[in-house]
Amino acid sequence: MIIEVKNLIKKFKDFTAVDNISFTVKDGEILAFLGPNGAGKTTTIKMLTTVLKPTSGEIKIGGYNPVTQKDKARHSFGIVFQDSSVDDDLTAYENMYLHAVLYGLLRSKRAEKIQQLLEFVELWDRRRELVKTFSGGMKRRLEIAKGLLHHPKILFLDEPTQGLDPQTRNHIWEYIKKMNVEEKMTVFFTTHYIEEAEKVADRVFIVDQGQIVAMGTPDELKQQTSKDNLEDAFIELTGHIIRDEKADGAGFMRQAGRMGGWRR
Amino acid sequence: METIYILWLRQIKKYWRSKARIVGSLGQPLLFMIAFGFGFGEIYKKAGGGNYLEFLVPGVIAMSILFTAVFSGLEIIWDRQFGFLKEMLVAPVSRLQIMVGRCLGGATVAVIQGLIVLIISLAIGFRVTNWWLVIVTLVFMFMIAFLFTLFGTAIASVLKDVQGFQLIVNFLIMPLFFLSGAFFPLTGLPRALSITVQANPLSYGVDALRGTLIGLTQFGLMTDFLVLLGVIILLLTAASYLFSRIEA
Repeated sequence: MIIEVKNLIKKFKDFTAVDNISFTVKDGEILAFLGPNGAGKTTTIKMLTTVLKPTSGEIKIGGYNPVTQKDKARHSFGIVFQDSSVDDDLTAYENMYLHAVLYGLLRSKRAEKIQQLLEFVELWDRRRELVKTFSGGMKRRLEIAKGLLHHPKILFLDEPTQGLDPQTRNHIWEYIKKMNVEEKMTVFFTTHYIEEAEKVADRVFIVDQGQIVAMGTPDELKQQTSKDNLEDAFIELTGHIIRDEKADGAGFMRQAGRMGGWRR
Repeated sequence: METIYILWLRQIKKYWRSKARIVGSLGQPLLFMIAFGFGFGEIYKKAGGGNYLEFLVPGVIAMSILFTAVFSGLEIIWDRQFGFLKEMLVAPVSRLQIMVGRCLGGATVAVIQGLIVLIISLAIGFRVTNWWLVIVTLVFMFMIAFLFTLFGTAIASVLKDVQGFQLIVNFLIMPLFFLSGAFFPLTGLPRALSITVQANPLSYGVDALRGTLIGLTQFGLMTDFLVLLGVIILLLTAASYLFSRIEA
């Protein structure tokens, strides 16, 4: 098992974001982590990737504990975040290069690999431009290119294809699928495009209000709810009510960022 | 090592690309030198203090280093806000290296800023007594810069958002600056003020710059060096501990 999670809980003051979840992910598996807004998907990923400390529970990632063995755990995964993690004041190429250095990509391979991925997301021609001049979709593509630069044992993708057109999304999933097959890379992703999960995931976990309400292959979930597509199964399992996302620290910062005027 | 270098380079590039910021941040020191240097010059001379501009310039250099350095440390808050912090936090390299790279970059920028102020001051009449000693000045400038970048980093590591920012400027940076002897000689101060000034690490930085630029020192260069070094070690420990605990 490449990921093991046991009785994981995360509380923010009186709000329980992740409420006692347990699961395992097999080596080489593609796993979709689905749920409505505020279900606790991102919080779970943050705990798995060492950026947030669990309130209680146990996690093993690539055999390491992300709380006590942070550095070792960080060596085993790569991640594409839900929101921006690129530096707006650097060019696309510089962002890629910085990432390559941080992730220990061999010097001899860097240039080639960066070119390959920037071409893949069709940003090679714009490589010398500052990221702050990019549109939302371009930034997202850069974000993904950056995440695919090194080949970790586990790749986390938090709503990677949000806001991209179907062509680009297909293109990107094909690439990820290929990495999964060729390098036995485990993929753990969240998405609101349920059809993506249906198409690429080996197994699906459905989370709601911090708990896992169902898990199984897409076919199993469809059978279980007697629906003929995963999206209907998803709605069946999580209900029709529209959720509010709890504002956490990061949400607040994003808000403040938009108000502008703070940056020197 | 390459981690440190690449993050150092990032700071330098960001600085170089923000020309407006460079020019803008020179306005204040220039104003201080002109308004105070010339404004108080006559009174200072009559009181037997000598040339006030000469006395003031090292203080203003220290000031611009202080501001630039603390702000580059505090930039972690913006990195958090704009998301880049996450990139650094999950990277499979030690956070100590990341922090040191950033801080060395911030410190380098602050030293450059200080040097520009020195050059401007030469243009408006400041005279260095011994050019050879400017090499030592540079060492001290770097120490001040590194110290306060670490200081800014430590603070930014515990701040969750930009709300506390104004508080820091008014209640930490301004007092550090005004109570450092940048503007006034340390002799004959009221006891409480004198103790405060002596507890302020910037005082030793200002004193060292004054010592190496115009040959006037209150504490002695060795004391200045040891105090600054001690505080740097202290802050390096504190900042690396706090930075390693950041959550995103």
